[in-house]
Amino acid sequence: MSRIDATFERLRTRKRCGLIPFITAGDPDAATTLALLRALVLSGADLIELGVPFSDPMADGPTIQRASERALRQGMSLRGVLELVRAFRQENQHTPLVLMGYANPIEAYGKAFVDDARGAGVDGVLTVDYPPEECADFAAALKSAGIDPIFLLAPTSTEQRYAQVAAMGGGYIYYVSMKGVTGSALLDFEQLGQRLPAIRAAVGMPVCVGFGIRDAASAAKVAAFADAVVVGSRLIEEIEASPRDQAPAKVAKLMNEIRMAIDNASVAGRAP
Amino acid sequence: MPEMVYQLPDARGHFGPYGGSFVAETLVPALAELSAAYQQAQADPAFRAEFNYDLKHYVGRPSPIYHAQRWSALLGGAQIYLKREDLNHTGAHKVNNCIGQAMLARRMGKPRVIAETGAGQHGVATATVAARYGMECVVYMGAEDIKRQSANVFRMKLLGATVVPVDSGSKTLKDALNEAMRDWVTNIADTFYIIGTVAGPHPYPMMVRDFQAVIGEECKLQMPEVAGRQPDVVIACVGGGSNAMGIFYPYLDVEGVELIGVEAAGLGLATGRHAAPLTANSRVGVLHGNRTYLMQDENGQIVETHSISAGLDYPGVGPEHAWLKDSGRARYVAVTDDEALAAFHALCRLEGIIPALESAHALAYAAQLAPTLARDQILLVNVSGRGDKDIHTVAEKSAIEL
Repeated sequence: MSRIDATFERLRTRKRCGLIPFITAGDPDAATTLALLRALVLSGADLIELGVPFSDPMADGPTIQRASERALRQGMSLRGVLELVRAFRQENQHTPLVLMGYANPIEAYGKAFVDDARGAGVDGVLTVDYPPEECADFAAALKSAGIDPIFLLAPTSTEQRYAQVAAMGGGYIYYVSMKGVTGSALLDFEQLGQRLPAIRAAVGMPVCVGFGIRDAASAAKVAAFADAVVVGSRLIEEIEASPRDQAPAKVAKLMNEIRMAIDNASVAGRAP
Repeated sequence: MPEMVYQLPDARGHFGPYGGSFVAETLVPALAELSAAYQQAQADPAFRAEFNYDLKHYVGRPSPIYHAQRWSALLGGAQIYLKREDLNHTGAHKVNNCIGQAMLARRMGKPRVIAETGAGQHGVATATVAARYGMECVVYMGAEDIKRQSANVFRMKLLGATVVPVDSGSKTLKDALNEAMRDWVTNIADTFYIIGTVAGPHPYPMMVRDFQAVIGEECKLQMPEVAGRQPDVVIACVGGGSNAMGIFYPYLDVEGVELIGVEAAGLGLATGRHAAPLTANSRVGVLHGNRTYLMQDENGQIVETHSISAGLDYPGVGPEHAWLKDSGRARYVAVTDDEALAAFHALCRLEGIIPALESAHALAYAAQLAPTLARDQILLVNVSGRGDKDIHTVAEKSAIEL
């Protein structure tokens, strides 16, 4: 069983909602990213999404965009991200790592990417601007290497779309909880609660919810029906505001709060 | 269109390996909705009739073709004819496409339009059409471009548009496009994104080309009248490439007409400080929703471009141009800032026409090509816009005091 499947299996058995932090690799530098990854694991991350910085992150809000710019100024690249993953895997064999980014750095890396990602210990790849119809070959190559192609669904997605990503994707579905870019506010919890069971049933995979989860309270609300909550921009704000050596502790503190809120939240409405 | 052999793009917006629709999931249904609406509009004679009416009575089309006799004589070779898109209302070809897309926005019931702009011509055209249709209009513009195109910023504001400065990245056209995409994804229910060039996700490259094709369609009718026959060469500048696609497209199936796109060589291709992904043979990649030639580093990060002309200062190029380059149907060259500037001054002084710096690139290549050809050869150059917006840039570069 893959690390991602094992993680969601464990969450199901314990009737727990998962917590998925997102940070950008190389923000503020590679060494701090490694320290942050350790801190995230210790503060309750079930799976980590690691952002691959890109010069033109069209689907991201200003916070993650700034993180990308900081990382690129430090010389971070997809090659560098894979090195970070390799380093992390030397000390951690159980926390799944999913790369999240844009198509162009992957295309520039070339065909070797899939093998190199597997070798480094990457578990999933979410490519924001690769909708299923534009990446059939890539998704198939990932799958045959044992890496899950993770796809997005959004409030605007049709049911036909659910089936399409179910067929091509693996691991879990990242549900974009709202229209807009990462880091936006305003979540419609009621709409989310109504939609999620249908999506989960249609895709037959865990559904994780991201975009707009700003604090322990909103995470707890989403935890009532999501298989996992993704927290990104809020963590990056913490990294941005802290001196490098204090960033891991600050992020861990926020993670602990969210973890506690999620665990305390009712999970009664969730599918077994 | 009469029996075109050329049938691109395919149903999903691919021009060979280029184009497509590389966007985040939230935009996928919006693009499907747009494709359907466009298809429906195209099939509706009333839509085409209204579009043509507005082009005639609001834009002032057809734009004339003018024989630049003094300039041709001075260059001592081929005869140069100018397609005068600079005489359109708002001063450039951009308005053709804006009318088409705004009509589509109205049909789709979207009361708010957004746009990105580089030189400001597309922003002005969008603001103009939005004013006329009573739509809310927000234009994203790189902070760097706002500085060099202040007159157009003021025009947009006069027309009632909100101009949002974009401070991220290189603060130019590509960053304005990123920001407009972000706005669209956030306000997708009530907002129509009027993309100004033949780039972006499907159906934009096709749709913008179709709306701009009026340029070449007119030329095909006008050239026999003005010059006695079709041109030997058609020349247009290429940033994203909308004016070039507009004039090239109707000529694609006309044998014996050579098509040349002129990119911005900036400070020179060898310096790396240019905006000529086709001419420099940049690597193919994915940006702004389509696959095309892209100026990027070895890690796939988009690099900063340079051109004296804000409208050409873009790291990519419309996917159909990428396809036309590979297929050999069109040829792409680049001219430097200085060469464009020299052509700008030549046209001012010899023909009494102040061209946009973008268009000056096409003119500069015509000036290189004409002397190598016989006097009975005909070059048709698209003067995509007028140069009033560029007077400050030109004054600064040419050390002229205003």
